[in-house]
Amino acid sequence: MNMCEFCLSPLEVVYDYKAMAKAVKRETIASGPFGMWRYRDLLPVEGKEVDIGSGFTPLVRAERLGHELGLDNLYIKNDCVNPTYSFKDRPVSVAITKAREFGFDTIACASTGNLAASVAGHAAKAGMRAYVFVPADVEPGKLVSIAIYNPTLVTVKGNYDAVNRLCGQLAEKYPWGFININLRPYYAEGSKTLGYEVAEQLGWRAPDCVVYPAASGLSFTRVWKGLDEFAMIGLIEPVETHMFIAQAAGSSPIANAFQAGTNHVHPVEPQTIVKSIAIGNPADGQYALRIARQSSGGAGAVSDEEALAGIKLLAQTEGIFGEAAGGVVVAVLKKLAAAGQIKKDQLTVAFITGAGPRTQDTVADIVRPVVVEPTVASFEEAVAARV
Amino acid sequence: MAKKQVMFTFPQSLIKEPIIYTLDHAFNVVTNIRRADVSDNKGWVVLELEGEEEEIERGIAWVKNRGVRVDPVSGDVVEG
Repeated sequence: MNMCEFCLSPLEVVYDYKAMAKAVKRETIASGPFGMWRYRDLLPVEGKEVDIGSGFTPLVRAERLGHELGLDNLYIKNDCVNPTYSFKDRPVSVAITKAREFGFDTIACASTGNLAASVAGHAAKAGMRAYVFVPADVEPGKLVSIAIYNPTLVTVKGNYDAVNRLCGQLAEKYPWGFININLRPYYAEGSKTLGYEVAEQLGWRAPDCVVYPAASGLSFTRVWKGLDEFAMIGLIEPVETHMFIAQAAGSSPIANAFQAGTNHVHPVEPQTIVKSIAIGNPADGQYALRIARQSSGGAGAVSDEEALAGIKLLAQTEGIFGEAAGGVVVAVLKKLAAAGQIKKDQLTVAFITGAGPRTQDTVADIVRPVVVEPTVASFEEAVAARV
Repeated sequence: MAKKQVMFTFPQSLIKEPIIYTLDHAFNVVTNIRRADVSDNKGWVVLELEGEEEEIERGIAWVKNRGVRVDPVSGDVVEG
């Protein structure tokens, strides 16, 4: 069960924050393992964790990108460097740990790439069976990054709606732990560690602004929750972070609702190359929307061309090759800075949640080598012509 | 008997139409509204449908055909 039977809204994990405040101190966290499980006391698990080494990824000062955008206090949370190259390792690690506690021996998910690789990788580590469902038109490069972990890889003929429908039916029929269906309340909580980590890495404080890519909106809400929980249990000062949602214009139902001033997130048909955040009917859209509004943040959407330019700008200023969703974050950040919605001196963290190499075809036009004969003269002539 | 949870999103032109009433009566499907928000220009309803599976699917196809968007209430399952 993952929905309230009365209102059909998503279920939430409930914690005893008073007990947490007594048990969790900065010192105990700081002396914990160098990964997301240093926050174990704040996560809804009891059994031994399924850990492939996720979390505590770099928070880097982005001076060159900041200079380009007119921001003096910009940081990048580089979550590309998780074991399967995306932030999904955080929620999946919690969900699979919980699945094992519940006695599931088989886990499953429906995905176009990052989630599937993470589920398959964690299942390998846990020695569990895994069924991974992907739309039949997923790029071959992504399939390799899933299949290498040896799950049962199922390509589904049909459109996204067909895959959605099939997986919904299978989740009802089979006694499997479906990572983002019946395990979703626990899956969600893993993303809180992004908020925890940023606060700890900043020296136990929340940033002034956060820019984060939104698909279902779930992890955006959990970054906020992580910061807010740290404040609630007395580890940091009350949070006044402005939370900004970044979406691709071809799939921006949450940003659309923010701009329209409505509370309802009207579903859309995704039309974008930014596949990792192309969710037309976001389950947590209204909650993400509420956080963006209540934090005096915002939401922005950019075209595919702007997203591709964002990928290149991030790589060429900070040496970080993010996936297209990262390009969306950089492009939205650029707009927010230009519009003065994020001020020059505000401590801003932009989240890059997945690595670029898995979808490098999106920026293949960047390859323009200088071709030379194996002579110094040829080299100098060719380089002079390029300059 | 099967149950299915769905969200209907109505365009402005259909807000005053008795779509759910008709679904109830013409398709032998019990409709149970759980959440809703309807304004002058837009409306959505989260509801549970109960009936024979084929009848539910026929009813949903009719609702879609009328121009109402129908989505699973759990949101999209396929993630990046």
